[in-house]
Amino acid sequence: MSVIVLVEHTGGIIKKQSFEAVQYAAQIAGKMGTTVTAVALGSVAEAEMENLGQYGAQKVLHVADSRLDELHSRAYAGALIAAAQKENSKVIVTLHDIKGRAVAPRVAVKLKAGLVAGALSFPDTEKGFVIKKAVFSGKAFAYINILSDVKVIMLMPNTFPAKKEEGKAIVEQLDVSFSEKDFGVKVKSVNKVTGEVPLADAELVVSGGRGLKGPENWGILEDLAKELGAATACSRPVADSHWRPHHEHVGQTGGTVRPNLYIAVGISGAIQHLAGVNGSKTIVVINKDPEAPFFKAANYGVVGDALEILPRLTAAVKKFKEHHQ
Amino acid sequence: MKILVCISQVPDTSTKIVLKNNNTSVNSDGVTYVINPYDEWYALIRAIELKESGIATEIHLITVGKADVEPVIRKALALGGDEAVRIDAESNDPYETAHYIAEYAAGVGYDLILCGKESIDYNNGTTGAMLAELLDLDYIGFATGISIEANTAVINREIEGGEETDACNLPLVISCQKGVAEARIPNMRGIMAARTRPLKIITPSGITAVAEILSYELPPAKAGIKLVSPDDMDELVQLLHTEAKVI
Repeated sequence: MSVIVLVEHTGGIIKKQSFEAVQYAAQIAGKMGTTVTAVALGSVAEAEMENLGQYGAQKVLHVADSRLDELHSRAYAGALIAAAQKENSKVIVTLHDIKGRAVAPRVAVKLKAGLVAGALSFPDTEKGFVIKKAVFSGKAFAYINILSDVKVIMLMPNTFPAKKEEGKAIVEQLDVSFSEKDFGVKVKSVNKVTGEVPLADAELVVSGGRGLKGPENWGILEDLAKELGAATACSRPVADSHWRPHHEHVGQTGGTVRPNLYIAVGISGAIQHLAGVNGSKTIVVINKDPEAPFFKAANYGVVGDALEILPRLTAAVKKFKEHHQ
Repeated sequence: MKILVCISQVPDTSTKIVLKNNNTSVNSDGVTYVINPYDEWYALIRAIELKESGIATEIHLITVGKADVEPVIRKALALGGDEAVRIDAESNDPYETAHYIAEYAAGVGYDLILCGKESIDYNNGTTGAMLAELLDLDYIGFATGISIEANTAVINREIEGGEETDACNLPLVISCQKGVAEARIPNMRGIMAARTRPLKIITPSGITAVAEILSYELPPAKAGIKLVSPDDMDELVQLLHTEAKVI
């Protein structure tokens, strides 16, 4: 009856967001009076898996097939279902991210399970199995009641920060027989932008818009990002003008970010941009136009010229860091 | 080669969400509905490009909704597409939506099924992968580029911190995002032609619901902004540390 949770790893190192998912699953399991079984796919170090005990997993089922180092949604779904069947699980948790969104829907269909994508709350079992999620690109929330016996929850990353405790999980190997069809997608090449924090995972984001006037001024934005350890992003016009690569574009048609801190520099804050950033916990807006709509959605604002303010802010962050080592 | 493009009707991005019936539904009075941007700008336009380049022979559009979604599906037809299908059902659950589309698609047999990466109303992004499972097909999500060579699709897709290029034999399901196609607007000829293209209405077989929306709520109003002097960035850093607790 244990709660199953899919953990993700990059090159064998388990993702921080997966700790959040394990801890989330552990709290649900605690309420249900059961335990948590994490499922790890592909080449993951034993110690990494044992450490999932620090976030509440009692057991890890490891499907060691190295083909699972790449995302194969059929195979992943098959492995997750095999684990759920072994454990007789009624609740399956994944992250609401690229992998989770490729796998969880398949699992839900296969098990005839209701699913909540982008879960923002623990299930409320007073009136059924009710979970909150954002709808209309963050302009409202919906409370979804899962009616089926088996439930699939895709947890929105960076919703419940994980806290490490004492614990060690038992690792068991799980053999799953895959067919050729499970690996129908062939990976031809992978192009990783090294040394950068992936935007979707970033806790801190510094984002620039047209107010920076041109790509030659991006250096001062990157200085601030570097000092903070933040990822960089941009508004749509900036990506469309090729000042910045397209994967940095956040907004309605670009990516969505949910950092703890989003610093918007020279971005007016059109509704399409807000749709991609309104999951941010704290928003700082720097803009020389005091009428910019973004100020209405911000927690902190600085009215002034970005090109003057950014170096000052970078220096202030640097000073702060020196005092808080 | 036949392509099916999944189209969802959504409130325009600038819609102010108003709730009614004790917060159990969203008020549609005065709301402008549009084709879900990801379905239109990327999935549909890429399908049209593939037809223009002679790779695809037929494009069908499909949507799940009652008669009120017809203007939106007609608009999609005006951009391109040979025929449209409306599954006559109301659904805001991806499981249900995917079942209806899969039921129809299985009867026709498509080489490629394209959808947007998510709808901007329910933000699930799960219909494509569900369709793939129901139709026993491969699935690639978050595509940023799609090309077809003979019986194989070559897809660029977003991965964490970069991009991957995959190859997969047809048929398959792909969810599309920015990068897949170049934007365009319908021209008068397309709008006129769309009027004469067939719009089939299909009654689906019922399925048992696995989830329901109980209620909605609006986010609390922002507490108001704290303005910091542009000459005092130390203060901003202090606020971010002590008050917001983000650094």
